[in-house]
Amino acid sequence: MTALAANVMQFARILRRAGLAVGPGKVIAALEALQAIDIADREVVFYALHAVLVERHAQSELFRMAFERFWRANGGTAQSFLLEDAAKAEMQNPIARPMSRRIDEAFALRRTPHQSGPPGEIPEMIASWSAAERLRRQDFESMSAGEMAEAKRLMATLRLPIPDVLTRRYRTSPSGSRVDARATLRAMVRAGGVIALQRKRRVVRRPPLVVLCDISGSMAAYARMLLHFLHAVTIDRDRVQVFLFGTRLTNVTREMAHRDPDEALARVATSVKDWSGGTRIGQTLGEFNRLWSRRVLGQGALVLLISDGLDRDGGTGLAVEMQRLHRSCRRLIWLNPLLRYAAFEPKSAGIRAMLPHVDDFRPVHNLDSLAALIAALSAPPKADREAA
Amino acid sequence: MPDHTPATLMPASVDDTAALLRRGGYVPDRALSTSLYLALKLRRPLFLEGEAGVGKTEVAKVLASTLGRDLVRLQCYEGLDIATAVYEWNHPRQMMAIRLAEAAGRGHDGALGRDIYSAEYLIQRPLLAALQPHRNGAPVLLIDELDRTDEPFEAFLLEVLSDYQITIPEIGTMRAVEPPIVIVTSNRTREIHDALKRRCLYQWLDYPTAEREREILKARVPQAGDKLSAQVVAFVQMLRGLELFKPPGLAETLDWAQALMVLDASELDRETVEATLGVVLKYQDDISRVRGEITQRGVEQARKAAAP
Repeated sequence: MTALAANVMQFARILRRAGLAVGPGKVIAALEALQAIDIADREVVFYALHAVLVERHAQSELFRMAFERFWRANGGTAQSFLLEDAAKAEMQNPIARPMSRRIDEAFALRRTPHQSGPPGEIPEMIASWSAAERLRRQDFESMSAGEMAEAKRLMATLRLPIPDVLTRRYRTSPSGSRVDARATLRAMVRAGGVIALQRKRRVVRRPPLVVLCDISGSMAAYARMLLHFLHAVTIDRDRVQVFLFGTRLTNVTREMAHRDPDEALARVATSVKDWSGGTRIGQTLGEFNRLWSRRVLGQGALVLLISDGLDRDGGTGLAVEMQRLHRSCRRLIWLNPLLRYAAFEPKSAGIRAMLPHVDDFRPVHNLDSLAALIAALSAPPKADREAA
Repeated sequence: MPDHTPATLMPASVDDTAALLRRGGYVPDRALSTSLYLALKLRRPLFLEGEAGVGKTEVAKVLASTLGRDLVRLQCYEGLDIATAVYEWNHPRQMMAIRLAEAAGRGHDGALGRDIYSAEYLIQRPLLAALQPHRNGAPVLLIDELDRTDEPFEAFLLEVLSDYQITIPEIGTMRAVEPPIVIVTSNRTREIHDALKRRCLYQWLDYPTAEREREILKARVPQAGDKLSAQVVAFVQMLRGLELFKPPGLAETLDWAQALMVLDASELDRETVEATLGVVLKYQDDISRVRGEITQRGVEQARKAAAP
């Protein structure tokens, strides 16, 4: 094996540890790319490897840091990728900047230990129907650890039956409304004689779902439980995007995609930095509108906003952002645990700013309310959507 | 038939690629030249992602014209299916052939089935057309705004992009003699699946730097003059720093410069800017925010920045 190949493989290993998906196919492509260019030109080497190894814009910064570290560690000369011992060069020199932590870890040849939560309690069998019934009505906030484990188990079985939307595709169907010319022709060639019209109908599929979940201090107990529900939803359907927000917005869709709920939630926990802090709803929604709405709200998405509406900024700028969000999606549903209080009145400025811009407003504090939510989602959208 | 210029040779280096694009009035940065050069050299599709109006589609157009290749364009939309993107059987002709065969007393045998499912009865749509031999060499295949289609179509593209072949159930697999130059663009209105990206070279196109934007403006709207161009670029760059809902892209800069030329403006002033904000910003929220004080300040800054 040439030194070039060895170095590219070593570099690929570092990227892999930093979280980029670099398979053997990419390593081969990277080698081909380096052979096609002038390897003495650092800038071109960088862009060439970038074009081959990076798949998303978000990975660019990580790649840049890894590349610079690799380059420096190998003497900073143009021929780094050709040096015999570059792969073995000493690479321990942690940079103080926090962003490079992942790169540091990748270079230090350590695997990041996944922070797994406390070993999950094995849910005990529910003694009787009445115990189950009580559990369904109990507030998440007041559950014991054992009850929580049981609630989580129940939650994992919940499914969101969001009504399908018509696509512009067709599929052969005997009761379809349109003539399928291609299938008709095929039938004619086979059978001959009388033309037997074959029909087709539109294909239906589920609309995309975007969840924005508040994880500030006042929501902590609910958010932790709802994450289990959200995980079940993410695993059950495609086109689900999950965002968590407190004082900042985090997209945890990729972390959520892990099949095992404990593993997925452990990954979410490590990627989110603002658990149980304050809330800046207006600001984070603004960030969502600017950076994500065009990327995830296409094709008629349905938005679930989970928040108690208690805003640290007193609702500043919230109405504008809510309006923008409402206009960008097909249906906006606000789930609010505070609704469990019968005497709930929208007094806080944040809640008053948000209320006019939602299509539906429901409680979400126990299993029953989740079941009610599911029933509501199966219902056809309200007719007064335009008037809202 | 349009007049065909003889096909230009493929660029032999990164600098060659940059020069090629510049000849077509496109000012690339080093990153784009490198990835485009590699795409041509390694015969891989190039996946261009970026905000609307940063010149993704233009890369394919300029490439086709400077290389003297045909441009085959597939504009994506939701519900795009095989019949509009790849091929369709010419049903009326097939039907006719069957009736003729019946009239001639030939029954329905295997020969007829083979007959009416031959290339003669096939209507080529962009993807299939791109795999056919072209007079000037393999065409440039532009798959525009892939994010607008749905995932099933993406899955279908995998076969086309990795092996440059298309499977038609009635005929079999059709493979390109010479693979087309494929440019895929996405506005990122949703994430494209990793499996598809893995088969491509990835390039993110960002808003240009002030210097490059001035250069582009000079290449595209030369009649605007240095002073106005510099002011327009300074103002647009200021807008991009404002966290607007939709910051103006390069396309908006060019449109604006052209609009200002039509209005005979020789430099920016507050009235002209406010009258033409709709060319640059496309959301009412953004326009009402920028109008007034921000415009005033922006014009002053732009004038200062453009002063020699």
